[in-house]
Amino acid sequence: MAAVSRRPTIAIGATLFATMALLAVFAPLLGTTDPTAINPTARLQWPSAEHWFGTDMAGRDIYSRVIYGARVSLIVGVSVALLASVFGLFIGILAGFIRGLDGVLMRIMDGLMSIPSILLAIALVALTQGSLASVITAITIAEVPRVTRVIRSVVLSLREQPYVDAAISAGTTTPMIILRHILPNTLAPLTVQATYLCASAMIIEAVLSFVGAGMPPSTPSWGNIMAEGRAIWQVRLNIVLFPALFLSLTVLAVNLLGDGLRDALDPRAQRNA
Amino acid sequence: MTSPILNVENLKVAFNVGDDRWRQIVHGISFNVREKETVAIVGESGSGKSVSAMALMRLLPEQSTRVSGSVRLADKELLTLHEEQMRRVRGDDIAMIFQEPMTSLNPVFTVGFQLVEAIRLHRDISRADARMEAKKLLEKVRISDADTRLDDYPDAFSGGMRQRVMIAMALACNPKVLIADEPTTALDVTIQAEILDLIRTLQDEERLAVLFITHDMGVVAQIADRTLVMYEGNIVEQGPTERLFRSAEHPYTRALLAAVPRLGESAGHTRPMRFPVVDIETGKVDSPGESPDTVDDGRTVLEVVDLTTRYPITSGVFNRVILNVHAVEKISFTLKAGETLALVGESGCGKSTTGRSILRLTQPTSGSVIVNGNDIVSLGPKQLREARRDMQMVFQDPFASLNPRHTLGDAIKEPLYAHGFKKGASDRVADLLTRVGLTPDMSRRYPHELSGGQRQRVCIARALALEPKLIVADEPVAALDASIKAKVVNLMLDLQASMQLAYLFISHDMAVVERISHRVAVMYLGEIVEIGPRSAVFGNPQHPYTKKLLSAVPEADPSTRSKKRSLSTSTELKSPFRSVDYRPPARTYRTVSKGHQVQEWGEEWNKEFYCM
Amino acid sequence: MASIILRRLLATVPVMGVVALFVFSLLHLSPGDPATILAGDQASPADVERLRDALGLDRALPIQFLEWIWRVVQLDLGTSIFTGLPVTDLIVQRLEPTFSLMGLTLLFSVLTAVPLGVLAAWRANTFSDRAIMAGAVLGFSVPVFVVGYILAWVFSIKLGWLPAQGYRPIENGFWPWLRNLILPSMALGFIYIALIARVTRASMLEVLGQDYIRTAKAKGVSRRGVLFVHALKNAAVPVVTIIGIGVALLISGAVVTETVFAIPGLGTLVVDAILRRDYPVIQGVILFFSFVYVLINLIVDLIYTVFDPRIRY
Repeated sequence: MAAVSRRPTIAIGATLFATMALLAVFAPLLGTTDPTAINPTARLQWPSAEHWFGTDMAGRDIYSRVIYGARVSLIVGVSVALLASVFGLFIGILAGFIRGLDGVLMRIMDGLMSIPSILLAIALVALTQGSLASVITAITIAEVPRVTRVIRSVVLSLREQPYVDAAISAGTTTPMIILRHILPNTLAPLTVQATYLCASAMIIEAVLSFVGAGMPPSTPSWGNIMAEGRAIWQVRLNIVLFPALFLSLTVLAVNLLGDGLRDALDPRAQRNA
Repeated sequence: MTSPILNVENLKVAFNVGDDRWRQIVHGISFNVREKETVAIVGESGSGKSVSAMALMRLLPEQSTRVSGSVRLADKELLTLHEEQMRRVRGDDIAMIFQEPMTSLNPVFTVGFQLVEAIRLHRDISRADARMEAKKLLEKVRISDADTRLDDYPDAFSGGMRQRVMIAMALACNPKVLIADEPTTALDVTIQAEILDLIRTLQDEERLAVLFITHDMGVVAQIADRTLVMYEGNIVEQGPTERLFRSAEHPYTRALLAAVPRLGESAGHTRPMRFPVVDIETGKVDSPGESPDTVDDGRTVLEVVDLTTRYPITSGVFNRVILNVHAVEKISFTLKAGETLALVGESGCGKSTTGRSILRLTQPTSGSVIVNGNDIVSLGPKQLREARRDMQMVFQDPFASLNPRHTLGDAIKEPLYAHGFKKGASDRVADLLTRVGLTPDMSRRYPHELSGGQRQRVCIARALALEPKLIVADEPVAALDASIKAKVVNLMLDLQASMQLAYLFISHDMAVVERISHRVAVMYLGEIVEIGPRSAVFGNPQHPYTKKLLSAVPEADPSTRSKKRSLSTSTELKSPFRSVDYRPPARTYRTVSKGHQVQEWGEEWNKEFYCM
Repeated sequence: MASIILRRLLATVPVMGVVALFVFSLLHLSPGDPATILAGDQASPADVERLRDALGLDRALPIQFLEWIWRVVQLDLGTSIFTGLPVTDLIVQRLEPTFSLMGLTLLFSVLTAVPLGVLAAWRANTFSDRAIMAGAVLGFSVPVFVVGYILAWVFSIKLGWLPAQGYRPIENGFWPWLRNLILPSMALGFIYIALIARVTRASMLEVLGQDYIRTAKAKGVSRRGVLFVHALKNAAVPVVTIIGIGVALLISGAVVTETVFAIPGLGTLVVDAILRRDYPVIQGVILFFSFVYVLINLIVDLIYTVFDPRIRY
């Protein structure tokens, strides 16, 4: 843990991410108005004291929409990270331990991985009407194969460890071996993966909404705000610029956190410390 | 006496351990090497011997190390030389070979490319001429078909052959000094003997000064004119090798020498012999003793019949089997309570697979392993778990044998909990730790706080937790320094005496085997070629392979050096990879004396021996 | 060599099988009757029945799957609901812009990223290393459309140097073609450069710690020789691998980039198709892109043997 606190990337990433989370949670208290309220008399305004980031074509306040948009991004990012980690961990351990399943599972994962993730997610969302649940499900399915691969390779190398052989000889049952020896050692790589998943999920969500295959258009999400500004960006860059800035900062925060954790949890780095 | 060619004075090395803190690794050592002379630096891990060698070549990373003192080659001071001039010294005046031949050659360039590069770095000759030189170099290190082998990648060479290529590369520009950093440590003994012979011969031919770094006193005895003993960054003793072996003065040197197993020492004894233990402070030696008689002839603990383990090598889309690795092929033996059977052989002979097959950590192909009346090979999962209570395993790598996240107490409790002994487990852990020479309060410590020897003791304690009758020990002391090795072997002998344990002791180290075993089985290409009481196998070896193995062990006695072996081109272990339709030949065994059996061998062995 | 190629080709069959199964089930997992969906909004009940009959949509799913595969193998990807044109024709029409964009991006990204990665590894833990790696984190964090809009705003709207929208076919001249692609390629290449530079650095660092590098130094090889002869060839395999895997990023990114820069390629084709629920087009484009991805990685596998003599299939 000392190694974790010493790294500046973790501190910066965590602070930035926490700020975004606070914005999302306390959105109603931050001088915002109703992010879906249409006001035809105040369309396409430049940033002003009243509308900090300006207004969109329907006269909605962009500042309010951006702050509320943090909710969608963070919920999608964190949910996908958790769900894909859990499923990836489960399938990865299954593939690593049951030889008969390994071939089939990994072929399926290879197949899913050869469909570019944004297209896979687009196709899955297109099946249903866009909603928060369908967006999360689609991105999770697109991301699970990557986690599975990482976990499986960790499991396979752990199974070669003499201490696992010793546990088998000692009579420890397979579920207990997974619980005592395998799971704890997958946590470090899984944590690092989860942060990258979170970053990737937030970007995919924004892209989905941006091309019109994500959240319902009225929902304030960063991708939706940008989609609305798409047609007129040459004259009103502020509409795409502000959500873009928030999205980039949030993803940067998560990536910094991930890189810092990776370096801190890397066994090679620890040996030197 | 010739003048010193390499002169090292007050060499100090310190490593940066972070935040501008420096740890002194080498505390000012001074020595010299003369023309045609071989000087050995001997010491255990962490003594600073390899670091010193790297410092001479200025190969340590500049930012994180501090080197001071003086290193003079003839009259050139190396430590203050400009980097570009130092680069010209490397490979031209001083050449170096390393411990790991498997990884020391660049895998993506042909051997010829790497030799030609070495030549042309320091000599202004054409590519074609350099290739001719490269071919001569390969011939010089006795590699046959030199011309065609130049176009091979390192992958096509075995470990011993790669070390020959490394030596050829080192000799490319006729260096004045050769630094050899543990050049034979990673090799099997028969290959080690060949490489040592080669270095000695080439030294005569090339008038080389050799600085030979090793941890192995046997190797020192075979090769060094003078020897420096390093301990914790200091040279504690130096002198002519013969004098050092005859009458070492420093207690550490004596401890090191006492821990060196000497083949033939236990001739005349039938039971295992403890290692003598020397106190490093006082230099006092306790006398080694023969173990008490522990063997119970009436109780058979393990009976292995025709055990065979093969792995298929598959390839292609449909996982077609293209080859079979015949790792273990129809081996049979028995083991009595309180008895130690040593399984010896070189890497790839199948001895480790045998151990794993007995515990069914690897699934055997056929045969039976009978423990307590049960055939392990055919048990269901639940009975197998029960049956394994009687046999436990100790592994080679004490660092990987303990889960770094568990305390020692948790590690030792694991087998107890697995079989439902929750009550009194903590008392049991304390008792076990005491038995293996540790203290009960260590149960709360983590593996990284322990030395290698202490970890191996914990592994033994864990193996003893279920009071097994049999312990399969796979190279349990191979990763340990000589002095620690001796203590762990002594511990195992004590435990055998008090608990009447049977050991299957898997090892490549003939000298350790001679100390610890009652009986010995020699494995070659998956088969047992000779088995019998230790005194019979060592004293009256029959099979050509046993003879070769025993004669290759370097004797820790400089006076035996004159009897030179002939310089054969490499005679490495053949491969256990066989085509799918291979049928192993039927084998017959001849009884030499009571319990001493040898496999009848074919023509190929006779032929090979005429050559030698 | 021929047998190696053949064997690797065979190995891609199960992977493409999974892709095909996924794409096939898209239509059948969607709510509603496949025949009604495929016939479009204006179709009469009789039209729907005729289509159901023609495509065999009333048969068992496994049979349908095999029939569908058979048509796909013959390059028949069905008919677009919206335009009524064969999907194969639609894809072929849109190939040039997309391949131009991806090819150009690939080329300039590799040429930029590999030297950057080598430089970072060589100067590990110095200022230049930290600067390059900080750039790489940014590359991962700023999504492609954000980069695209910023580039277009600066270089097109403000400076007027390059066009902000559209595509010119190469048959109208190389320079107009290139001018239109510079900004999209830079936007798309951002993340790709970050990825390749990072892997190059890590791979070089790993290699520089190997025993054979110590051997090279000990025989007097110069620093440049160590770096560019002994290390780079060894580090090449992971780098080539990530270039291949990164093509997935390139494809995903192309969909967005084409939307931002209004390039009439496969990306805009699929985005429009999604908005119109034009399933045959969605299926066709996904299948095509996955095939391209698998094919590129097949080529990457074969390139391995050039760099590493140990790799034999």
